[in-house]
Amino acid sequence: MFNYEKYLRMDKLPLIWCAGCGDGIVLKSMLRAIDRTGLSKDEIAMVSGIGCSSRLTGYVDFNTLHTTHGRAIAYATGIKMVKPEMTVIVVTGDGDATAIGGNHYIHAARRNIDLTVILFNNHIYGMTGGQVSPTTPGGFFASTAPYGNQDNAFNISGLAQAAGASFVARGTVYDAVKLDRMIEKAILKKGFSVVEVMTPCPTAFGRRNRLGNGAKMIMDLKKVSVSVEKAAKMEVEELNDKIVTGILMDVDKPEYTERYLKLMEKLQNQSK
Amino acid sequence: MEKTKKLHKIEIIEELCKGCDICVQFCPFDVLAMNGPVVEVVNLEKCTACGLCELHCPDFAIIVTKNK
Repeated sequence: MFNYEKYLRMDKLPLIWCAGCGDGIVLKSMLRAIDRTGLSKDEIAMVSGIGCSSRLTGYVDFNTLHTTHGRAIAYATGIKMVKPEMTVIVVTGDGDATAIGGNHYIHAARRNIDLTVILFNNHIYGMTGGQVSPTTPGGFFASTAPYGNQDNAFNISGLAQAAGASFVARGTVYDAVKLDRMIEKAILKKGFSVVEVMTPCPTAFGRRNRLGNGAKMIMDLKKVSVSVEKAAKMEVEELNDKIVTGILMDVDKPEYTERYLKLMEKLQNQSK
Repeated sequence: MEKTKKLHKIEIIEELCKGCDICVQFCPFDVLAMNGPVVEVVNLEKCTACGLCELHCPDFAIIVTKNK
């Protein structure tokens, strides 16, 4: 129904991801969202770090950059500063953005630089062998937590909200249509925007924790998802095991590149 | 006179299908089934071309064409 070929490097298919991985669903959702924004392929730069999700940039026909572990946001900041007219989209995972690149993530949010971060949250380091990531829930097993994870999980969206992002949303691969709208809004938003996408990792996370195959894990996402509107009427204790989805924050704030260019102009005029 | 219903078209690209079962789970009318390494169309008459299988296929392996 939708022509994905327009945005894909068809010779790179099939995708590297495991059977049942949700990353492909997010990729498709992103392409539909980009199509809705009406931006041309040359106006978009897509930057990724290291990890399963970060392999995405290899399949899409935009200006793409596959960078070092955790530094995708740092590279993207560079692109945005040099070419402020470009739409820069960062594709990253939970380990990439919040463990190794944790500081880049919060400080880009603090600066409110106009980047769109699509963050794939699968609760684990999939590609490197199923190690604990900052979003692995307590008690769950990973290759580096054979007796169950003793740490608490990060709330990635909450972190971005607190650090000063303009737009924060959380979606799941179960509800791909809703995800399209969130990504579209995030791309069009001026300022730092984050879309956290809950996606299953059946190989490294699901199998070790006996959660079933990818299809079952996606169906289970529906049971734990609660919309923001519904969550507002619920008690805090009731929300403990739930995933709150929807647009969590949408505010207008001064954007970094605009402020920087204004300052540059002012100083250049002074020196004349 | 009995109305003859034109069927919608479901194309499965076998080289891209990984047999992950996601489309089978999403289909509300049991049109698809896993009877081997890749997905199969078993009940095309029931298909309403809702597109849920195509929407959730992570591997670009299903193309649904609505019959107008």
